[in-house]
Amino acid sequence: MKELIEKLTEAYGPSGREEQIREIIRAEVESFVDEIRVDTMGNLIALKKGTGQGKKVMLAAHMDEIGLIISHVDEEGFLRAQRIGGVDTMTLTGGRVQFADGTVGVIAPEKRPEFRKDPDLSKLYIDIGATSRAEAADRLGQVVGFVRPFADMGQRVVSKAMDDRIGCTVLVETLRGLEGSPHDVYFVFTVQEEVGLRGAQTGAFGVDPDIGIAVDVTIAADTPEAYKMAMKLGDGPCIKVKDGRMLAHSGLKDLMIETAEANEIPYQLEVLAWGSTDAAAMQLSRGGVPAGCVSIACRYVHSPSEMVDIGDVENAVRLLLAMLAEPIEV
Amino acid sequence: MLLEKLSNAFGPSGSEDEVRRLLARAVHDKVDELQTDALGNLIAFKRGTGAEPRMKVMVDAHTDEVGLMITRIEKNGLLGFRALGGVDARLLMAKGVIVGEKRLPGVITAPPIHLTEREQRSKVLKINQLVIDIGASSEDEAKKLVKLGEVATFDTKFEVLDEGGLRTVKGKAFDDRMGCAVAVALAEGEYAVDLYLSFSTQEEVGLRGARVAAYRIEPDLGFALEGTICDDMPKKEDVSPTTELGKGPAISVMDRTFVADQRLVRLLIDQAKANGIPYQFKQPGAGGTDAGAIHLSKAGVPSVAVSVPSRYIHSPVSIASLNDFENTVALMKAALSALPGAWS
Repeated sequence: MKELIEKLTEAYGPSGREEQIREIIRAEVESFVDEIRVDTMGNLIALKKGTGQGKKVMLAAHMDEIGLIISHVDEEGFLRAQRIGGVDTMTLTGGRVQFADGTVGVIAPEKRPEFRKDPDLSKLYIDIGATSRAEAADRLGQVVGFVRPFADMGQRVVSKAMDDRIGCTVLVETLRGLEGSPHDVYFVFTVQEEVGLRGAQTGAFGVDPDIGIAVDVTIAADTPEAYKMAMKLGDGPCIKVKDGRMLAHSGLKDLMIETAEANEIPYQLEVLAWGSTDAAAMQLSRGGVPAGCVSIACRYVHSPSEMVDIGDVENAVRLLLAMLAEPIEV
Repeated sequence: MLLEKLSNAFGPSGSEDEVRRLLARAVHDKVDELQTDALGNLIAFKRGTGAEPRMKVMVDAHTDEVGLMITRIEKNGLLGFRALGGVDARLLMAKGVIVGEKRLPGVITAPPIHLTEREQRSKVLKINQLVIDIGASSEDEAKKLVKLGEVATFDTKFEVLDEGGLRTVKGKAFDDRMGCAVAVALAEGEYAVDLYLSFSTQEEVGLRGARVAAYRIEPDLGFALEGTICDDMPKKEDVSPTTELGKGPAISVMDRTFVADQRLVRLLIDQAKANGIPYQFKQPGAGGTDAGAIHLSKAGVPSVAVSVPSRYIHSPVSIASLNDFENTVALMKAALSALPGAWS
């Protein structure tokens, strides 16, 4: 599983440019599914049919990551950028970015003391080694992702884009392990979550599920002086109760808890003070969909070094497989 | 010029009737069907010449403009108001406005300079500190002329500034009567695809008309036409303006409301190059368009936005270039004519 996490997290895929991630996932799952298609927004939708009498279940994990979009090329060939998703400029200086074609750039501040006082994106530039405007002119409007290698710390792993390639990994592993479920399970790898849950909104309309479950990261609050929340690395997958944009369907949440307890799978409850997931978009699709979320506690979310516990990831897969093996009544 | 009539027309969000009537008259003999939906969107359908099943293309321009809504009538007959859409309070003092169903001329009040202390002159009054004077002498008299909830727009007449060069024109509401005028010009062409021109309401208060129009039309592709931000004033630093006057239609790559479909951006660039039409990118990030609503309709619609650069939008007066306007028409005609073949 670590190999898959490494492959997925190191690949390029800011919001709107998820095609490389989509191809990696397609190759991983194609031989295990009954149907696979890409919808108009670019969501990858893989169906594993059930044995009958079950529900239509949509599992969603987003393929996109936060990034930057080039908004200006100056006389000397330096680039300026705007945000794609919730980028914290404090994490950027000295870092590198990557274009879809593999070109690398360095992010640097104009003047360090001023940037420390006011860490505004307008004070940062990207240097791709160009020496003139002409050499870099075609970069305008192009999108960059951040660069940081995967690191295996044993029980814990670190990389950029754990948000939400770790959710993609959970879906891929669940899909491969799924046998004899009564449910038609739609594994939906969504686009544009980081800019407003947009892929999940149209994906859910297209799939029209009975039940929606997102798999995403949540904020681990187990670091020094962290905001007071309950989520910890290694305590098991988080069953979402509430976040910034949704209250999880209580019946579905209770079913997740009962399933975890019956199968002796460790779990923790998640009440997240801000942020949200694709589940919030699924919940409001058409006439409404009972929706919930299984989250992986993650440290340093929206930085190039996001850390998760591998046991939480494995237990999230176990929890989903256990739920999908039984009838779902909420 | 249709653009002149459209610019002069009264149409704050939710009160787009006058604009809709003008547009219906302008397109009714060029299209196959014309309908107005529950939110006041005017949808003009032009059947394609290609074989069935034909691709459905929605081309959207919004009919509303930013404006003011009367929310209070004071004892002395002055009218308090709130903003409808993104109105900058700094631009309001002492501006002429047209108010309500009766189209009454009025002025937003301002204390005269003679009576204003020096430090007050550098301060901006908030919208709730401003009132409109329609010359009524009492609350009763004002109430005979205006009801709460009626709306107002700026009293600005369209003018041609320059016959040569950039062929600049001046007027209000170029956001988005520019887009409306482009859409009307598109009705004159013949296309292989089914074309739905949606003249949408309530964009300035949250892309509301386009949302329901797209739901009804169920398009395969969406184009939003706009009069967009243009800040090409001289700057000290080496920074890109959002758009520049005279540099052609501005293609959106990303804004607050959507990420443009890469294939449609490519289609527009290819058609611009093939037909020698100038184009520019709109700076990513700022603003939003009806494409934000269209692309999320039902199971998703690949969408893009194309804009006529317009200086000083969301103010009482804008300046734009007829060259940019005509190049936007030319680019959109080329793009529509290339469909469905150019879409993969």
